[in-house]
Amino acid sequence: MAGKLKLYYFDGRGKMESIRWLLAAAGVEFEEEFLETREQYEKLLQGGSLLFQQVPMVEIDGMKMVQTRAILSYIAAKYNLYGKDLKERALIDMYVGGTDDLMGFILMFPFLSAEDKEKQRAVIVQKATSRYFPAYEKVLKDHGQDFLVGNNFSWADVHLLEAILMVEEKKSDVLSGFPQLQAFKARISSIPTIKKFLEPGSQRKPVPDDKYVETVRRVLHMYYDIKAN
Amino acid sequence: MSGKPKLYYFNGRGRMESIRWLLAAAGVEFEECFLETKDDLTKLRKDGSLLFQQVPMVEIDGMKMVQSRAIGNYIAMKYNLYGKDLKERALIDMYVEAVIDLNELLMTHPFQPADKKEQHFATIVDKATNRYFPVYEKVLKDHGQDFLVGNQFSRADVQLLETLLMAEECKPDILAKFPLLQSFKARISNIPTVKKFLQPGSQRKPPLQEKDVPKLMKIFH
Repeated sequence: MAGKLKLYYFDGRGKMESIRWLLAAAGVEFEEEFLETREQYEKLLQGGSLLFQQVPMVEIDGMKMVQTRAILSYIAAKYNLYGKDLKERALIDMYVGGTDDLMGFILMFPFLSAEDKEKQRAVIVQKATSRYFPAYEKVLKDHGQDFLVGNNFSWADVHLLEAILMVEEKKSDVLSGFPQLQAFKARISSIPTIKKFLEPGSQRKPVPDDKYVETVRRVLHMYYDIKAN
Repeated sequence: MSGKPKLYYFNGRGRMESIRWLLAAAGVEFEECFLETKDDLTKLRKDGSLLFQQVPMVEIDGMKMVQSRAIGNYIAMKYNLYGKDLKERALIDMYVEAVIDLNELLMTHPFQPADKKEQHFATIVDKATNRYFPVYEKVLKDHGQDFLVGNQFSRADVQLLETLLMAEECKPDILAKFPLLQSFKARISNIPTVKKFLQPGSQRKPPLQEKDVPKLMKIFH
């Protein structure tokens, strides 16, 4: 089935959102199948489509890929967003690891109790402003270039923009101490493929709501309480 | 400047162990600098060595690398343990990521509060024997080859062996229903570099003891 790129996930951000961002940044069109019911999920399981019984799953180049990181690495390499050599790849991997950790604090946010949400909001902002944003601010300041790695647009830039916007949704002025990141945000947002993805009507998903949480719990039979990390 | 990679971590497995395994499997000698106290960590943070204030950190090829996945990726690529093309890399990544997920469960076991330990143990055994091991058993069965990917020794084989051994430490008969994983375990353990790493006196670290948990909490919290 040449050319068909299809994403299998809930109709919401979760772990699939970074994949949507990367594909969009690369200018690659994709279809989506949204899991709404338990039956759909069981059908996928029984059909052997989910190697470790989990989504995200992406049909790409004849493979049914699972594991978010594996999928992202494949897309980055395929569409030349992974640097030009081993050392640039190393930097991209490090930077993406950081933004992944930061977004990890936000991933479980919708599933938390109201009280835990407030605590977690503070944790997210604290980690962003004392651990992660300073690192990227310094990288940009030190080399003075437009992009994080190798003076070239890469996966690291896409992932950082995604992370910045997600943290801003939790605290709108969170970039106030970070002039380089503010300029970075404006710059990367203006790249045509990214700009398009940021416009209404794109496949970008909104901030997760209770309906999303209900869907995930229902489809995965995930009824236990989620605690913040 | 010996040229050898230098690992900065505490004297235990944690998130550095997979890196030790990979270097050892590749036959690469490495040095280690062990963090014993909170001050040791603070010092590293203050001198700008830790990009995100965290360990693992590995000095390699003029870089101070952090993020265990990034480090693992770099070592695997450099020492040809990452398959021969993009598709083999994709398979290796899928297999390794799942092993990392299972490792997370195994790694966090000693830190579980007493009243959650038994349930956590049950979760580990359930996930290992129902979600992860059947997949690798089937992969080996379907292609009948010695290694997981591309008929060649790769990072996926190293990381799977590491996890199989850790799972057995948790429950010695956990591989009872997986004959191919048992022979895989024997086969990969016999590869000279791996065999050497499995012998006493190597840089492989023992499982975390309950008594060491408070000391660790002091360094990292």
